[in-house]
Amino acid sequence: MASDQRKSDEKIVYVGDSRVRKYTKNNVPRDFSAYPGKSEPFVPNFLLKEWMVGAVVLMGFMVLIASHDPPLGYEADPTNTSFIPMPDWYFLFMYQLLKYPYMADEFLVFGTVIVPGLAFGGLLLAPFLDTGPERRWYKRPIASSLMFVGLIAIFYLTYVSWTNYQKTLEEQGIVPEHIERAERIKQGQIEPGTSGGQEDEPIAIVDEDDEGYDIYQRSACVACHAADMNGQANAPSLRGIGSKYSREELEDIMRNGIGTMPGGFWDQSIDAGLTEEEMHHLADWLARQVVPDDGGGEEEAAEPEA
Amino acid sequence: MIKRIYNWIDERLDITPMWRDVADHEVPEHVNPAHHFSAFVYCFGGLTFFITVIQILSGMFLTMYYVPDIIHAYASVDHLQHKVAFGKLVRGMHHWGASLVIVMMFLHTLRVFFTGAYKAPREMNWVVGMLIFFVMLGLGFTGYLLPWDSKAYFATMVGIQIAASVPFIGDYIKDFLQGGDIVGAQTLTRFFALHVFFLPAALLALLGVHFYMIRKQGISGPL
Repeated sequence: MASDQRKSDEKIVYVGDSRVRKYTKNNVPRDFSAYPGKSEPFVPNFLLKEWMVGAVVLMGFMVLIASHDPPLGYEADPTNTSFIPMPDWYFLFMYQLLKYPYMADEFLVFGTVIVPGLAFGGLLLAPFLDTGPERRWYKRPIASSLMFVGLIAIFYLTYVSWTNYQKTLEEQGIVPEHIERAERIKQGQIEPGTSGGQEDEPIAIVDEDDEGYDIYQRSACVACHAADMNGQANAPSLRGIGSKYSREELEDIMRNGIGTMPGGFWDQSIDAGLTEEEMHHLADWLARQVVPDDGGGEEEAAEPEA
Repeated sequence: MIKRIYNWIDERLDITPMWRDVADHEVPEHVNPAHHFSAFVYCFGGLTFFITVIQILSGMFLTMYYVPDIIHAYASVDHLQHKVAFGKLVRGMHHWGASLVIVMMFLHTLRVFFTGAYKAPREMNWVVGMLIFFVMLGLGFTGYLLPWDSKAYFATMVGIQIAASVPFIGDYIKDFLQGGDIVGAQTLTRFFALHVFFLPAALLALLGVHFYMIRKQGISGPL
């Protein structure tokens, strides 16, 4: 064929039967002094500097990571009605925008579509709107001032949203769940990393026939920790409490409280008709509420206190 | 030895031109902080990419432990954070990195805007950059739900409610994101798929175009 004939005087030679050209390459990069100014080659000169900047940034980043644990609240509970929803911080300005009268209710379309649409649409199409040849920001007064207004709005809205949130928390006495949970983990009230799916086998009450059980039902403890000792929302289960605290510690907790639990329940129980002796018996009985060894939940062996 | 391997591959695949396109270019004086300290503003784009790489790597490790269903999602995150070696660190990198990448991208956008670098002939690169910005915000929104704690749940519920209030297409957006009548099991798997497959794929494609254009056109000249 004709192609065969052409091949002999063709300058381009391929590697084997591939489409990769075979040619003697001139691999010497251009001399960078040929470029204007004090430019330098990306590899390796500039890349090494960039590498160092990257290393410094990474160090700072890892210091941040090591000093600030990632937050984790309690498991999502759709029936929780008191939770104040907050988006991540970089959505706050859009969230706050919707709280103004002309952005909400019958004007909601302004807050959700028109204002963000104009802002982000304008940003997206900026090069086609700001078509002048000038590049310096002060010679592009319209574009720059619009951007400044946008920036001020973003900072202001974010600030207002966040301070309002903090104020609401303070007024309602709410501690954000991830902070509360971290605190309770620190105090040993929650065993972290074992939540969910593993509470099939409830911890049994030890010595349910003992007088202590009866005293417990008449004490002030029962109001929060429940008649079955399983606790509720903010009061942990007392089943297996003896694995965590000794008799003396339990008496101290009843008197002075611990974590979010206020003190004074010892005296309240006395007021409710219990004697000192009965309260000591209760503490003693609670200290005997240890998790059986084969349960596997608690690693720390229970110390036989009483 | 390495040289010989390189030459062997190069002869067959002719990779030197590719390597040149990627690495062999000049860095002009006006963007080099070694010459003008104020040129550090030109670092923000590179740092955004750097943090993005951290996000991709840490995210890959997180998926080794994360279980995207409503029964196990929270427990798996809790387990990851407290029981898995370095789990807290990796989750921390992904959590804080998500914020940092937004900050860096914001600064990079401002740099490009105020130096007028989006002007002709670089309009398309700006548009692609803005699309990257939106994808990143989408990644932030979808990733927020995955730990399945109260904060995640209610923020997503509110977010979807706001999206649903958009006229005409609001209900479709809501159905697409929610996958059912409530924020629940379907929503979580959808957000997981979006966060781990769809959006990163879009992000990588856009980044490729972004970098191709900057390499082809070169960085904008001095003011």
